[in-house]
Amino acid sequence: MNPHRRSPFILVAMVLVYIFLYAPIVGLVLYSFNASRTNVTFEGFIPSFSGRVVMDGSLVKSAPCGPFHWYCDLAKNSDVLEAAGNTLTIAFTAIILSTIIGTMAALALQRYEFRIKPFTQLSLYIPIVIPEIVMGIGILTLFSQFFGWFNGLLGLTGDARLSMGIVTVTISHIAFMVPFVTLVVQARLQGFDKAYEEAAMDLGANEWITFRRVTFPMILPGVLSGALLAFTLSLDDFVITFFTNGPGSTTLPIYVYGLLRRIITPQVNALSTVWILIVFLAVLLLQWIQSREAKPQH
Amino acid sequence: MKEFAVELRDVVKKFITPEGNELNAVDHVDMQIRNGEFFSMLGSSGCGKTTSLRMIAGFEWPTEGEVYIEGKPMGHTPPFQRKVNTVFQSYALFQHMSVYQNVAFGLEMEGAQKEEIKKRVMRALEMVQLIGMENRRPKQLSGGQQQRVALARALVKTPDVLLLDEPLGALDLKLRKEMQLELKALQQQLGITFIYVTHDQEEALTMSDRIAVMSKGKVMQMGSPAEIYERPRNRFVAEFIGESNFLEGQIKSLSANEASVFIPALNAEVTGTPASEGLVHGEQVFVSIRPEKIHLTEHSARLNTFEGEITSTVYIGSNTHVVVHIGDVRLKVWEQNRISRLEPSSFYTIGQKVDLMLMPENTLVLKKD
Repeated sequence: MNPHRRSPFILVAMVLVYIFLYAPIVGLVLYSFNASRTNVTFEGFIPSFSGRVVMDGSLVKSAPCGPFHWYCDLAKNSDVLEAAGNTLTIAFTAIILSTIIGTMAALALQRYEFRIKPFTQLSLYIPIVIPEIVMGIGILTLFSQFFGWFNGLLGLTGDARLSMGIVTVTISHIAFMVPFVTLVVQARLQGFDKAYEEAAMDLGANEWITFRRVTFPMILPGVLSGALLAFTLSLDDFVITFFTNGPGSTTLPIYVYGLLRRIITPQVNALSTVWILIVFLAVLLLQWIQSREAKPQH
Repeated sequence: MKEFAVELRDVVKKFITPEGNELNAVDHVDMQIRNGEFFSMLGSSGCGKTTSLRMIAGFEWPTEGEVYIEGKPMGHTPPFQRKVNTVFQSYALFQHMSVYQNVAFGLEMEGAQKEEIKKRVMRALEMVQLIGMENRRPKQLSGGQQQRVALARALVKTPDVLLLDEPLGALDLKLRKEMQLELKALQQQLGITFIYVTHDQEEALTMSDRIAVMSKGKVMQMGSPAEIYERPRNRFVAEFIGESNFLEGQIKSLSANEASVFIPALNAEVTGTPASEGLVHGEQVFVSIRPEKIHLTEHSARLNTFEGEITSTVYIGSNTHVVVHIGDVRLKVWEQNRISRLEPSSFYTIGQKVDLMLMPENTLVLKKD
């Protein structure tokens, strides 16, 4: 028997996996071109780039964007734009800070021996393994307790009071991103030969120059992987953001959730499609960095 | 210039083992390394040779004692402030830099001008025959070429002392032999002190002016290759460098350059040369004789001559390795194949009776510790 012949079971399993993984995404993307205001049935693509358009059986509006009608609609929606702005602001701020903290933690864990090291290592896993909702509630409790105490102490009232907002969301995102960055960078450092740093010092570089010119460039792929992973996590985080956001700090996941409670228009699909695209590109970039790393250079 | 390029005075380096025990990786070591000499530290892994080298480089600090470079105590001086450079066992070439950038790195750290850097880097690359490879990445080079880059990168700094940590360990035998001679020639041409760490005794003998044989953190013997090989001061050195036959016995008479030892296994006295210091009359000792220094003769009764029986012969090209039994005593004898013949084994046959002559000057009397 040809060992390369595939068993029908494997074929079925493969098809099922792909259906469950990707059918929802394909459907979601498809509906973003739907010629209907609701997401119940697919009425076909919005046909033309110009003129008037029949939607839900009646002549409604002009569609200069043609099939991309809902995308244009989205671009005009200031709430979406604000949420997208918030999401990116939070993601980028959190990425920069969590990458710095996470990388420093990984370096410290790799090169120094200290008494609470086993505890520190273990504590890295806690934010990864505990349910997000528990962490969300925990952070919420912490902030509200602290703000209550602080506002009371300084006698702050009205708008001057500290309250939930973009800062609290960013801080909590950093809190759950740091362990991911640390673990990814740590994996990268595992194979890092101390001799590289010794060689740099031997050639006359002090500790800082050694880090800047030798250590950091060599661990950069690991740092970038960690940062990109954290980026995708921050972009689509719902639970923790839900507990820590406040007025004016609505992120995209929170906004979409709000929309779903009212009416689902293909705008949501259009938004999701753009979003998937961004995350997909981030993952591609991550893959590229890692494959470049693994490939021997000849 | 001081007489000694590097000096270790009563240096101790303690490590804590994973089991929590204290270990003297380097145990009260004294070493004086003269300016311009090729000095080797030789020993098996864990003997403290690499730790000693790392303390000279500044990667480790002594627990006790002091390292002096050009007469100055080093204390906790960091590596980047010592005028020594290291060639690492793993080469430790910066993978994200080209060959040129690797070699230029050390000069950049000195703040040299671009033109100056270029001139010196090219000269260094020329010295190690790597012209034309400047823009390659280390990974695109063979092991031997990477080794040369590591050498150029260290030498371009014109250090007072070059430290080499088993630099040829990763190369194949033929290339290693070539590089040994090349390194030795380079050292003589530059006049720089080389401190070379190796576990390969042949490598140490080939290249060194002086060798320190180390074991368990201590220096067992320090001297020229000939001194180490011909006059080992104890059984460890005699066994570690080359091969030797050892016979146990007791000193019966002793003078400055001759000792007579009774060997119970031979039920006879053997006359030899005292090689260890502080031998005393009546002491239990080892008599050591190298296999190539035993003469096989046909029945001639002379001093230190014993009759034995050949129990095995192995032809290995240049030599024939013969095992001779005198009673229960087993002796290795290496005979050079001086005459070309197709059946070298026909010279000696198993079961043949021969006389072994142990010349007193080849027969060393060693302390038993």
